[in-house]
Amino acid sequence: MRLIINGEPETIAATTLSQLLAALAYEGEWLATAVNGELVHREDRDDHLLNDNDRIEILTPMQGG
Amino acid sequence: MLDLYGTQIGSRLLLGTARYPSPAVLAEAVRRSRTEIVTVSLRREMAGGRNGGAFFDMIRALGVSVLPNTAGCHGVSEAVLTAKMAREVFQTNWIKLEVIGNHDTLQPDVFALVEATRILASDGFEVFPYTTDDLVVAERLLEAGCKVLMPWCAPIGTAAGPLNLSALRSMRAHFPDVPLIVDAGIGRPSHATTVMELGFDAVLLNTAVAGAGDPATMAEAFAKAIEAGHQAFGAGMLEPRDMAVPSTPVIGKAVFA
Repeated sequence: MRLIINGEPETIAATTLSQLLAALAYEGEWLATAVNGELVHREDRDDHLLNDNDRIEILTPMQGG
Repeated sequence: MLDLYGTQIGSRLLLGTARYPSPAVLAEAVRRSRTEIVTVSLRREMAGGRNGGAFFDMIRALGVSVLPNTAGCHGVSEAVLTAKMAREVFQTNWIKLEVIGNHDTLQPDVFALVEATRILASDGFEVFPYTTDDLVVAERLLEAGCKVLMPWCAPIGTAAGPLNLSALRSMRAHFPDVPLIVDAGIGRPSHATTVMELGFDAVLLNTAVAGAGDPATMAEAFAKAIEAGHQAFGAGMLEPRDMAVPSTPVIGKAVFA
């Protein structure tokens, strides 16, 4: 599937957001995910089906002012 | 104690977590400052999220409240989505809402700020808006649901100190019951004391500590300066006058000639 992940085009075999995170070796309770500009809650990632050209944001905590 | 959306806060210093020489120095600065609130952000990470995880664990170990920000956002939808993602991660309704309107000054886009505040407040967020010292904007933010205001005193990272004391004084006078936190532009402890002497409730700063030669010691200096300003405001300061007044009593003075 062709996806835009954090602004970068990637081709990845994953049908759900959970599978995508696993394929990219993301893990941890501190991840926040959005697809096409909408938040996808942690508990909804298993059921969230991905489509070609979806734009996915995966954010983690970082220093800030 | 300072009441921020129902949470009682002892320390009147809110500290940013960016630009420290190392995580260990950041942790020591937080401890020495005795701050109870630190600001954090969310960013893209490609390394499986492990760097974010390490930072997340470090912040949690400090035992302070977290105020996530929407730094770098340039529009309503971007700021709103970032706030929602921050709530997902940090499990708090608090959000330091930043919507930047100008690349050079990093001044807030106050129109987008008000709009984003309205959306987030209706969704249960407790918004800490990074705003200007404009009274009309402040009114709009309060109408939109803010119960705290965070005006800048100078552009972010400039260390210029309060550029418009008159505007800050007006703000304090117009909103006597709203917690006012100066956010951005502080460079020295004396700057922090100055705004606290005006009756501001707290100061949020980052670069002034993180960029200091000895950040942890500077954090402690700021804590003392902020507390001094707060105490002085409460104790009632003298107004300056033109003519001298002797401090030593004149009555009973010896006459030798």
